[in-house]
Amino acid sequence: MRKVAVVGVGQTVFSGAQSRTNTELFSEAAMDALNMANLKNRDVQALLVGNVLADYEEGQQIAQTFIAENLGLSNVPANIYDGACASSSVTIIDAFIWITSGLYDVVLVGGMEKAASMGTHLATQTYAMYADRFYDYPTGITFPGIFAMLANLYAKKYNMPIEKLKEQMALVSVKAHKFGALNPKAHLQRELTVEKVFRSPVVCQPLNVYDCCPFSDGAAVVVMTSEEIARKLTDKPVFITGVGQASSGGFTCQQAYLPRLIAREVSVSKAYKMAGVKPQDIDVCELHDSFSIAEMLALESLGLFEYGTGGAASARGETQLGGKVVVNPSGGLKSKGHPVGATGAAQVYEIFKQLRGESGATQVEGAKIGLTDAMGACGNINCNIIMERG
Amino acid sequence: MGEQLGVKEYRLALRENKLSGLKCKTCGFVTAPPRLACRQCGATDSEVVVLSGKGKIVTFTTVFIPPENHRGQGPYLVVVVELEEGPWIMGNIQGADPEKSTLDLIGKAVYMNNDLIPNDRKPPEDIAPMFVLSG
Repeated sequence: MRKVAVVGVGQTVFSGAQSRTNTELFSEAAMDALNMANLKNRDVQALLVGNVLADYEEGQQIAQTFIAENLGLSNVPANIYDGACASSSVTIIDAFIWITSGLYDVVLVGGMEKAASMGTHLATQTYAMYADRFYDYPTGITFPGIFAMLANLYAKKYNMPIEKLKEQMALVSVKAHKFGALNPKAHLQRELTVEKVFRSPVVCQPLNVYDCCPFSDGAAVVVMTSEEIARKLTDKPVFITGVGQASSGGFTCQQAYLPRLIAREVSVSKAYKMAGVKPQDIDVCELHDSFSIAEMLALESLGLFEYGTGGAASARGETQLGGKVVVNPSGGLKSKGHPVGATGAAQVYEIFKQLRGESGATQVEGAKIGLTDAMGACGNINCNIIMERG
Repeated sequence: MGEQLGVKEYRLALRENKLSGLKCKTCGFVTAPPRLACRQCGATDSEVVVLSGKGKIVTFTTVFIPPENHRGQGPYLVVVVELEEGPWIMGNIQGADPEKSTLDLIGKAVYMNNDLIPNDRKPPEDIAPMFVLSG
């Protein structure tokens, strides 16, 4: 398998509702990535786009073809991927396969979303469609509700009074916002306290608003090439050394494992094996913190901390700068924001910069090996990508 | 291939307060709601069985920000119940105060009674099992 590199990245500011279209957002991030890579639009051989709800957001189907045309890509193959919150991670893994196969050398890949532009009610409604439409949706369960049920199950399993779990979850959010406040591209750039988390309105017991990521608009795009081309373009390529992907059914299908989300464990073990690394080798990680409880679950299933201890480890500072493994220095979905289709690529954006020493105030000292973790819905789609300095 | 149980048949049965499942002829696991393949072993040879509707709550939440299909209803509980035959299913619950839900709900015995679902919450297709606390 020939090696595959990321040679340029771009990301728009993530924000609340704004007036640009999905095509415009993706195109801005794409031009930043191409410029960083010293490539032109005509060099791109394929376009892979992650996006979930452009049809509801603005009535646009097959957005990827309009993006390709807007960018002046010459009749290249253009795909769009719905992997829920993992959409653009799915695209990046696909691009890895397209390039390593030898069939393509330069692929433009990323994602975008205008989730905030839908407004809370339509966004809540469309996100509820991630659950089983026929058996779960009729109960009125919402996407945060699914994670709330995971949180209650987690508390019961590990014999944690709910107050203790809420404190651990709040501290995860506080950490996220501490990083996000330093990220000029973050949607929410203000620090939080545990009290502010508890005072925010309840969304689904036991999750308050500040336990949940916001609905965001934004885009993130990366350029991937073969090793041969990467070495001509830059002296700081970042290689993708491991990928893993897995799927599962919805909440109740996973009854044998909950609160563990088993598909993530299947996915990340494939990535670790391909890269030849272990969890303790990871210096910096951008993982799926759609909710504070989601970060705790991810820390455990990725093998970074023991089951039942993710919250305690986080509260001790082990996932902050100087800790055992720095988690979500971008601010994560929680604070950086979550334009669903863009998130996977935004995680790769952050790891790329970290591994090149370009992260400024949130730089992880000496970062050599990074991991991204994206999860769609309730473990339905799981993607893991390991990146290393070239 | 064994017996099949489609979405339509399963939900029609719920409207008559009946709960069905698929019992795998290879490993004995009961899959509900129905799937083509056994949830435990993947075999595609099952028989339709009638379930008791009895089980215990394994997790829950109270939803305060509803989607469109529950707008204006006020906070409501969603529960996941482990049926006595094994499978976990999602539903709603009456007789428990949504705004006072605590971890004590987990482990409580329940039984299904869809006759309690108000008619305006029982649209022609979409129906969710309604549970009641036993005892």
